[in-house]
Amino acid sequence: MSSLHPDQATAERLAGLRDGAAVPGRDVDAGLGDGTLVEDPAVESPLVLGKRSFGQVTDIVCGYAENPAPLWWWLLFIPAASLAGVGTLMILYLIITGVGVWGLNNQVDWAWDITNFVFWIGIGHAGTLISAILCLLKQKWRTAVNRSAEAMTIFAVICAGIFPGIHVGRVWFAWFLFPIPNYNYIWPNFRSPLLWDVFAVSTYATVSLLFWYMGMIPDLATLRDRADLRLREGTSKPFSIPLTPGKSLVIPWVKPDLIRAYVYGLLSLGWRFSSRHWHRYESAYLMLAGVSTPLVLSVHSIVSFDFATSVLPGWHTTIFPPYFVAGAVFGGFAMVLLLLVPLRELLPNFKDLLTLRHLENMAKILLLTGSMVGFAYAMEFFIAWYGANEFEAAAFVNNRATPTFLSDDGAPYWWAYYTMIFCNVVSPQIFWFRAMRQSRIAIWIVALLVTIGMWFERFVIIVTSLHRAWLPGEWHMFFPTWVDILLFAGSCGIFLTLFMLFIKFLPVFAMAELKAVMPQADPHGHEGDDDDKAPAGGAAPALAHPAPEGDR
Amino acid sequence: MGLQETLAAIPEYVPGMTRPAPRFVTEEGRRVHGMIAVFDDPPTVYHAAERVRDAGYRRWDLNSPFPIHGIEEAMGVKTTRLPYLVFGAALTGVAGAWLMQQFMNNWDYSFVVQGKPEGAWEPFLPIMFELGVLLSAFTALFGMLAFNGLPRFNHPLFNSDAFLKSSDNRFVIAVEADDKAFDPEQTRELLESVGASEIEIIEDEA
Repeated sequence: MSSLHPDQATAERLAGLRDGAAVPGRDVDAGLGDGTLVEDPAVESPLVLGKRSFGQVTDIVCGYAENPAPLWWWLLFIPAASLAGVGTLMILYLIITGVGVWGLNNQVDWAWDITNFVFWIGIGHAGTLISAILCLLKQKWRTAVNRSAEAMTIFAVICAGIFPGIHVGRVWFAWFLFPIPNYNYIWPNFRSPLLWDVFAVSTYATVSLLFWYMGMIPDLATLRDRADLRLREGTSKPFSIPLTPGKSLVIPWVKPDLIRAYVYGLLSLGWRFSSRHWHRYESAYLMLAGVSTPLVLSVHSIVSFDFATSVLPGWHTTIFPPYFVAGAVFGGFAMVLLLLVPLRELLPNFKDLLTLRHLENMAKILLLTGSMVGFAYAMEFFIAWYGANEFEAAAFVNNRATPTFLSDDGAPYWWAYYTMIFCNVVSPQIFWFRAMRQSRIAIWIVALLVTIGMWFERFVIIVTSLHRAWLPGEWHMFFPTWVDILLFAGSCGIFLTLFMLFIKFLPVFAMAELKAVMPQADPHGHEGDDDDKAPAGGAAPALAHPAPEGDR
Repeated sequence: MGLQETLAAIPEYVPGMTRPAPRFVTEEGRRVHGMIAVFDDPPTVYHAAERVRDAGYRRWDLNSPFPIHGIEEAMGVKTTRLPYLVFGAALTGVAGAWLMQQFMNNWDYSFVVQGKPEGAWEPFLPIMFELGVLLSAFTALFGMLAFNGLPRFNHPLFNSDAFLKSSDNRFVIAVEADDKAFDPEQTRELLESVGASEIEIIEDEA
């Protein structure tokens, strides 16, 4: 007789993991997907599928970091790294030549540079939101996505940091931003939101990095111990380059496991999984989550102050801070889905850890934040009308929303505005339908649309407000140059390159946290069963896609 | 860990300092670090921890691949004082940020821009908040590491292959030989009786 908690028995039965009668009135098999799409709110769906043991979770996560990179990895990494190289050359060209290589003019003096900055910093919000806010809310499903989302945060903030750094033109004066006096003994102006922005973004980058690194210390120690054990057992393999199928060039004096033991050992700081250490670790993690929660809300608020504290119609609105934060969470989750949905297909064992329920939950967040953003778009028009400010009304009606084919006064950038509305407000609405929330293809397409739409949102805010401000004699269109375009593409390349390196060399899932939420981790659970080896319901099946042995 | 035990542990970290004579040595004359017992699942190790705690051991530890829920009570670990340190760091960050901005923009080189009056503190709030967060985050991570005695790249426990599995799927209780209650026979008996699947003596290299 099993001593399982009844709720868990129900969950497993519903998920098809356990034999038993179907719940009356519901077809158990249909619509449960991989077994996690349980509708009953009283039933917690399983977080790890396939009756995995602790050891198998370790094998799944470490396996990909230890085995040679598959072909598709190289097919993605090489173009991404080339694109990153192009982006770096564009930065060099810009610094050598000056910001005149961009399409900026006297009227539109912020365009793609700041659009890209706000776009990337917005994407960087999902990671800390997942790790901090969902941690405080005790959302256990976060453990499957937090590591990769935090990695994306850091890479996105790196991409974001490039643009304000180079848009100042003479980058060798960037030290004016630091709190040190300049040549004339004048200190920086702390009353300027642009300086708040410097502090907010650099604090955010630092705290996100600390959070990510701290979460990774135990998992890096696991990688270290595995490499160390292979060295001691003599099962360590020398470095080899595959030439043709079945043949490879072995380089006997390069020992990957020795390098791993040293590098992961150095990074894991000698972590030895002591419970006394875990106690302080959990306390520190909770405090980091506690301070990161207001931080993540403050960063995009402060970014929005760059605009909101100006007097430009279209920027000067009090709704900006919450509107920017909702948009950032929206864009960040879209990017997480954009990368994780294909990753789940490319690394099939991850399907046990990253379930359809995780994707459905994130689709719901897209629906929620997308609707919040849509509400904010509507509010801008309402306030322009209610505030009876004709300049503000003109900024929204004549510079954004009226197509040129309807009125001679129309907005030349109307297509950008409607792209934004379609991608951000309309497309996520399909997630009202359960089938759409559970379709990986629908989720991926919406995530792609939202990513495009969020870039256009920033473009609309920045360029359409600037290009027709105040005197009509100064009105100017903005057209990007090839440097603008390649620099943005290059920043995508930098982001993707870093992400590919991350999935090759670091633990993509938070192993320690995943193990802690598995049913057999409960110390008061089913005693006497051989829990680690087989959670209730028979022996664990072999990995669906075993990692190739050897060649480590 | 009490003050006395902390002081006694210093020579382990500082090269060149003489450590007190070992309480136990192996047949080859090497210092014994302690004894480890390997367990296969969380419930067994949880109840084993309660028994080891009740047997009066002080210098012992439980190594598990993830933090076991409620293990602090089972081990008798006191709640960490790290939050006080972090709170102090947060206050320092906030106060330091106010002082820095007040000094730079109001005291040392005062100027009036954007119609904000001299001496206004309100525009300083965002950076006060940011620096408070920054200092607390640094203190949380580095304070945790310092309280844990990390980084420490070598440890006698790492010599054991069985111990290294505690980063994967095994649970290890390690009792140090310096513990006054440690006795090779009795400790082994205790660990066997609580369900250990494997027991091993750990040698210290030094």
